[in-house]
Amino acid sequence: MKTIKILGMGCPKCKQTEAVVQKVIKELGIDAEVIKVEDIEQIMQYNILSTPALVIDNIVKSKGHVPTIDEVKDALI
Amino acid sequence: MFDQLQNFADWLIYSVFRVAPESHLGEALNFFVYDTLKILILLFLIIFFMGVVNSYFPVERLRNFLSRHRFYGLDHLLASIFGAITPFCSCSSVPLFIGFVQGGIPLGVTFSFLITSPLVNEVALALFIGMFGWKITLIYALSGILLGAIGGWILGKLNLKNYLTDWVKKLLAKSDKQEDVFENEKRTFIKRIPVIANDAWNIVKTVVLYVIIGIAIGAIMHGYVPENFFQQYLSGGQWWTVPLAVILAVPIYANAAGIVPVIQVLVAKGVPIGTAIAFMMSTIGLSLPEATLLKKVMTMRLIVIFFGVVALFIIVSGFLFNLIL
Repeated sequence: MKTIKILGMGCPKCKQTEAVVQKVIKELGIDAEVIKVEDIEQIMQYNILSTPALVIDNIVKSKGHVPTIDEVKDALI
Repeated sequence: MFDQLQNFADWLIYSVFRVAPESHLGEALNFFVYDTLKILILLFLIIFFMGVVNSYFPVERLRNFLSRHRFYGLDHLLASIFGAITPFCSCSSVPLFIGFVQGGIPLGVTFSFLITSPLVNEVALALFIGMFGWKITLIYALSGILLGAIGGWILGKLNLKNYLTDWVKKLLAKSDKQEDVFENEKRTFIKRIPVIANDAWNIVKTVVLYVIIGIAIGAIMHGYVPENFFQQYLSGGQWWTVPLAVILAVPIYANAAGIVPVIQVLVAKGVPIGTAIAFMMSTIGLSLPEATLLKKVMTMRLIVIFFGVVALFIIVSGFLFNLIL
């Protein structure tokens, strides 16, 4: 099972990111746990400067923008 | 390119809707259609262009660079320039601030970035080009960058470390030089385009309503407020209009998309350009929602000092513009 974290302090873009991720998981039928990380101190442990960020199994896959569906697919496979 | 747009607006209003070109309504509607289309096209192009630049020079790279080098003042300018070309999102200002602090970058340099980032952002630039033309846009951008560099430098001199919140102070104590780690930035240009275009499109979508409202208000005023209406009240020696405009603008949280079209009409009707630019800088660069976010990393006192210094510099630039433009 994959652990997907969405880092961001609750801005609209973070919600859009979550929607994209959920859509991809459903479409591909991937077994994954989606966690939203909104605490700034935890976010900063990933050494990023811009949110929203997408973290899959503790590796930062995208940051600073809402990922496209294809981006999320590439990151998951 | 924009001639075609003007032809389209003329055709739509005067031929399809059959509104007389000489009427106030016709003039206002034409102005509205033309400006809305022009601004939306400019917005997409500028945001896309900034996205391309940013894709190759992500802010992480600047952070790591500044973290390893000292330029005795020039780093303020560099941080400020990067603040201008980095797409601004108020939700990123806190992570950015922390990231810079963690990298051991001086507080003043971080402030330089933080001042310019909202002040000179891609949405504001697109609207400026569309509403005021290249010359005023360039003046706005350059003075914004200078303001960030100098403002940050002054804030750095004030030794404000003690006014950070406690957990940030702890981070500051164990800050470290940052090395470059790039995982997934090896995509080709072609592969980056859909992501950048998607992002640009998303930003345009979020501001389109403000653009339409701003231009609609502008169009109404354009058609109905008499020529030189403000000149009778504001021209010449009223020096206090600049500080008043700046102070009035802080609580107004209109993003650039909504405010620039209105200001453009005010200028056309006689408001001095320096006063107008100062007002816009203050609305765009100093906003209460951003102050609330910054409370995570700064004490109230620091936020007040930060906003105070920036406001002061905006007022000074407003006077300068009224003198030279």
